[in-house]
Amino acid sequence: MAVVYQKSKGLTDNELHYCPGCNHGIVHKLVAESLEELGLLDDAIGVCPVGCSVFAYNYFSCDMQEAAHGRAPAVATGIKRTHPTQPVFTYQGDGDLASIGAAEIVHAAMRGEKFTTIFINNAIYGMTGGQMAPTTLIGQKATTCPLGRTQEQAGMPMRVSELLSTMDGCVYAERVCVTDIANLNKAKKAIKKAFQLQMEGKGFTFVEVLSTCPTNWGMTALKSIEWLKENMIPYYPLGVVKDTSAEVK
Amino acid sequence: MEKELWKGNEAIAEAAIRAGCDCFFGYPITPQSEVPEYLSLHMPQHGKIFVQAESEVAAINMVYGAAGSGMRAMTSSSSPGVSLKQEGITYLAGAELPAVIVNCMRGGPGLGTIQPAQGDYFQATRGGGNGDYRTVVLAPANIQEAVDFVQEAFDIADQYRNPVLVLADGLIGQMMEPIEWHDVSKRQLPAKDWAATGRKGRDHHNIINSLYIDPNECDDFNSHLAKKYQLIKENEVRWDTKETEDAELLITAYGTPARIVLTALEQLRAAGIKAGLFRPISLWPFPEKPLHDLAGQSHIKAILDVEMSIDGQMIDDVRLSVEGQKPISYLGHAGGVIPTVEEMVEAGKKALKEAE
Repeated sequence: MAVVYQKSKGLTDNELHYCPGCNHGIVHKLVAESLEELGLLDDAIGVCPVGCSVFAYNYFSCDMQEAAHGRAPAVATGIKRTHPTQPVFTYQGDGDLASIGAAEIVHAAMRGEKFTTIFINNAIYGMTGGQMAPTTLIGQKATTCPLGRTQEQAGMPMRVSELLSTMDGCVYAERVCVTDIANLNKAKKAIKKAFQLQMEGKGFTFVEVLSTCPTNWGMTALKSIEWLKENMIPYYPLGVVKDTSAEVK
Repeated sequence: MEKELWKGNEAIAEAAIRAGCDCFFGYPITPQSEVPEYLSLHMPQHGKIFVQAESEVAAINMVYGAAGSGMRAMTSSSSPGVSLKQEGITYLAGAELPAVIVNCMRGGPGLGTIQPAQGDYFQATRGGGNGDYRTVVLAPANIQEAVDFVQEAFDIADQYRNPVLVLADGLIGQMMEPIEWHDVSKRQLPAKDWAATGRKGRDHHNIINSLYIDPNECDDFNSHLAKKYQLIKENEVRWDTKETEDAELLITAYGTPARIVLTALEQLRAAGIKAGLFRPISLWPFPEKPLHDLAGQSHIKAILDVEMSIDGQMIDDVRLSVEGQKPISYLGHAGGVIPTVEEMVEAGKKALKEAE
């Protein structure tokens, strides 16, 4: 019998703990496949965050480090600077990266640290039970903005890809989603490109993945995909936000 | 070996290079800034890594990443900056990562002052971050000890997979003294087969982590740490004594005040008072038994603890060690005011009088 599909060697056999309809599992697969297809699995060192993907070290089959909340870019800096020829990545959510870890990600980008960050933006704190994130949309309800986020109270949601794109050290930033096969394929391409540019020593590379959180959004998996398309994409437009990789020697 | 004149902070930095430090992650703060300044020039010259981090928080987490991938990593700071590093230090302890952290203590609380002080004793010896953990704490009283301890700290850290603090103060960091360079590496160190270096053909992936979501696993891990700390207590206790054989007054002090005590001892003895010094060198593990046994000697009548702290912090460990055998009095200043020889002599006389 011909094998038409098999799980990436970049993933372990551990059962994922993610909720039904959550996009983390898909993005894990894309990262694992990208590393495997680029022949980077045996050298890769990943850094996982605090948040829903805190157990990602149990799922990626490469060597992994678990960072304190928000500090993954600093941890990755320590790894990459001392292992400059090896692929290094952080995998972070929006509470971790955009809130408590804002300084670390901005300065990693500013320094042009040659690692890749996979940023899961689901507009909410998942692990702690649905609190407001810097990425929570105006009007979106969360347990710490039960009447919906307002600009007066919490400011406007943070567009992280655009923010990091102002840094010369950030050579590639793309925003993707995995709501359907076409977008999933684009996401895979973006992740693979980010790792390729990293290995070419171009600079800091960043892929933002808009993701669903049916549990904390309080809707079905299918409904959450619609909600993402209708609400997140207009504010967080998909596509390449920055690519100066061709200009970097 | 010829003696060389070195400034404390620069000597500490050079000691790290000589100890095989692979990478240094720092942030400027007075009175330790000469450490990152020196290493920013000299680490690259040795093919080693220097990064000026965006904050002390980031610096200690860079240490975490480098240490977790098998490197000899170090950071240094001064009191307010070391407070910011506490998050990273508890994660280092929790993930059992070796690292060296130098604290060139200054006055506090808050911004305090940039002058030497010893107000971070509790933070250093009790584990300044969350959870049940300890760091080995070595307290140099001169620049020779500072360089020797920094060099050995890397070995101690590697041997036990635990962070080691070198607790100096602004005086040690800023003054110049003649030193000799010693080769202090004598330990048999275990291979870092646990490190997340990339699998490179290994049949399993290594994970650096301090998360034990199952409470029983967390309990077991803490028991494992406790056993390790017990081993450190058995192996790594250090102290020094001066003229304690016949002393009726025993002065306890560490770091900068301990060297001033040496002059006070001369003056007290010239005045007919037999005084001696007990100087803890490892603040954790604290030399409990040596101090307990010494305090139990019949010739010791009174104990005077001297620190650069207003109410005393090490005095708690002195009390726990002495266990009420002898009266203990205290002399201290904080915020950059250093206890003087005259104050020590006076406080020593008073302590003896009160004991009688």
